Amino acid sequence: MKRLLILVSICLVAPVAAQTSLPPAPYADRQLDDPQQEAAARDLMEELRCLKCQSQSIADSNAPMAGDMRSQVREKIAAGESPEAVRSWLVERYGNWVSYDPPIASVVTWPLWIAPIVLLLAALWLARGRFRKPKDGE
Amino acid sequence: MIAETGLIALWLAGALTLLQFILGAVGLRTDREAYFAAIRPVAIAQGLFVALSFLLLIWLFLRSDMSVKLVAMNSASVKPLLYKFAGTWGNHEGSMLLWVTVMGLAGAFIALFERSLKTRTLVATLAAQAFISLGFYAFLLISSNPFERMFPVPADGQGLNPLLQDPGLAFHPPTLYFGYVGLSVAFSFAVGAMITRDVGAAFAKAMRPWVLGAWIFLTLGITAGSYWAYYELGWGGWWFWDPVENASLMPWLAATALLHSVTVLATRDGLRAWTLMLAVVAFSMSMIGTFLVRSGILTSVHAFAVDPERGSFILALLALYIGGAMALFALRVGTVKEGSRFELVSREGALVANNLLLSVILALVFIGTLYPLFVEAITGDKLSVGPPYFNLATGPLALMLVAVMAAGPLLRWRRDNPRTLLNRISIPILITAASLFALALFTTGMSILSLLGMGLAAGVAIASFAPLWKRNLRRTPMHTYGMVIAHFGIAVALVGMASEASFTEEKLVAATPGDEIVVNNWKLKFEAIEPVAGPNWTALESRITAQYGDGALHPINPQNRMFAAAQTQTSEAALLTRWNGQLYVVLGDGDSEGRWQIRVWWKPFVTLIWYGGILVALGGLLAMVGRLRRGYKQRKQREFAEAML
Repeated sequence: MKRLLILVSICLVAPVAAQTSLPPAPYADRQLDDPQQEAAARDLMEELRCLKCQSQSIADSNAPMAGDMRSQVREKIAAGESPEAVRSWLVERYGNWVSYDPPIASVVTWPLWIAPIVLLLAALWLARGRFRKPKDGE
Repeated sequence: MIAETGLIALWLAGALTLLQFILGAVGLRTDREAYFAAIRPVAIAQGLFVALSFLLLIWLFLRSDMSVKLVAMNSASVKPLLYKFAGTWGNHEGSMLLWVTVMGLAGAFIALFERSLKTRTLVATLAAQAFISLGFYAFLLISSNPFERMFPVPADGQGLNPLLQDPGLAFHPPTLYFGYVGLSVAFSFAVGAMITRDVGAAFAKAMRPWVLGAWIFLTLGITAGSYWAYYELGWGGWWFWDPVENASLMPWLAATALLHSVTVLATRDGLRAWTLMLAVVAFSMSMIGTFLVRSGILTSVHAFAVDPERGSFILALLALYIGGAMALFALRVGTVKEGSRFELVSREGALVANNLLLSVILALVFIGTLYPLFVEAITGDKLSVGPPYFNLATGPLALMLVAVMAAGPLLRWRRDNPRTLLNRISIPILITAASLFALALFTTGMSILSLLGMGLAAGVAIASFAPLWKRNLRRTPMHTYGMVIAHFGIAVALVGMASEASFTEEKLVAATPGDEIVVNNWKLKFEAIEPVAGPNWTALESRITAQYGDGALHPINPQNRMFAAAQTQTSEAALLTRWNGQLYVVLGDGDSEGRWQIRVWWKPFVTLIWYGGILVALGGLLAMVGRLRRGYKQRKQREFAEAML
């Protein structure tokens, strides 16, 4: 009975497993041997969007495409490329949509990055002159 | 019959709401006492009818009445009772009905218990509350009737989204809704006070418990949601700056600011216009949050209503209420006096700094969340704004806020001396400096933000208790204890966040039974894979034992679940909680050679994040109970004094 259940369960899981094993993605779920490279790859993967999912990074997704992308990222990092180079390579292929880190030097996204400073200045301007001056001699 | 009765009750409640609004509006115009007297019973009856309607919907779900479309689409007859019950609001129509129910009950509650406001302000508040509810009634009755029948009756329902089949569902949405609706009450109070031009300390005192209550629920709702996502989604993260998460964070930020400014208004009669503005913003944020989540504009697990008609309906409501409130604010703000003034270095000054920083953070979260939608609508470019932006943009501001939080409670009202302040917080500053030094020396790989956060948290944890220093602890008011605990909770959560971000260790392996996995001091032994069956699912479970150093063996068994009704697979992470962190194991897919993907994390002190959240909510609860008790006593004393005269 137990064996039968295992068999049934494996059959149910099998299509998913088959999908992941279709494209050769050796590093989809395998960490790099060098812990520093793995950490760099990990940090980058957390900032890349899984294009087939809803609001998930490729580090967190079980989708086959995310697995392919993880493998690519790890292979490129292992080959000595810098994380930023890998990121721009992916942005070239998939557009800004793929990166959760909007670029500063872009016509479309620079307003996002000056927003904190503008808002902080606006807040200070709002508060200016609202306070009573401390009296002299106190 | 149950469904029809429920629908009739809902229509009646809607009609009573209309009556409540008319009584209030006409009554205020013509100044008729009879109308004022009638509005309370109408508000109570409205609350009862809408509650009846909601109870009947729950009953339909519990009975699995598949002739009701909503039940058939979102439930199944074989499903644990808890999820049948919680499934009532695990869908669009049900959650909207929950919203108006909480709102109706809140109106009934105000009608029953609010005694300190002037009659006219109370009537205006109830009328405003009715006006908001009306939109939601129209929404439910016209475009999302939860009691609609279905013909032919299906043999069984389609089941609930497996990701939602978790005790978290019973808890997370209702708490958030209580919070949102609490803010709607604060908003109604603000509108009422603006209409009757009665903005002052008494108004602030009447509004404060509602703000506190809403804030407690929002805090709990976000904490629960974060933990739920952490263990249910199986990726080990507790916050992703996902638009849906931001939708719940924005009202919390606004409510936190409002909570602090309403204290200035109640205690010192200052910041009048600003407090009104915040009340408007806080409710707007909860409406925008609901719109973002409900309209399907951001497609994710939460958006069960991917339907443009409903989206436009909520958008119209949003424009009506926020636009109306802003217009009223713009019209009346000129007549609202500034209130008392104060110096920069004072308790009020620190609270203003708190408010400005919170507002800037709120604005940044708002911009970051909506900017991609905005750009896509205009240029068609798709872009993503995620953790790297939000952490960098809001992190430093949040740390400044935490520093202000340490100093603020030690300042005197109206004016204080910067030098004595420095004296009072010299010990926390020393502790922060010492921990920064120690962390920089003994740890590696901490980001600057985490390092500063951890160091600051150490100082703030001490500073948060400083308001109790040299005080008679038995005569210290309860709300002071509340503040101390809430501020301490922030420090606790901050330590958890910094620790999780800096010290998490991860292992990914393809293992066969018998293999050993080592993470930090943990040794995990993969014993076997076995099938298990639940009430409405079957699963593969990996039997793993974990050992910390030479300690005891603990079983930790993650699963891969198949849900029969929905034909979907979910992975159930297994967690082992120790005092110093959590071990988190996820079972992935198996391959043809009998190896299984296993993912293991060791997350030191991660639980502090949620313990901190609970402490913050607990502090809020103490403050609310303390304030209510004090208000009750003062009223009794006043009544007694009046009776003696």
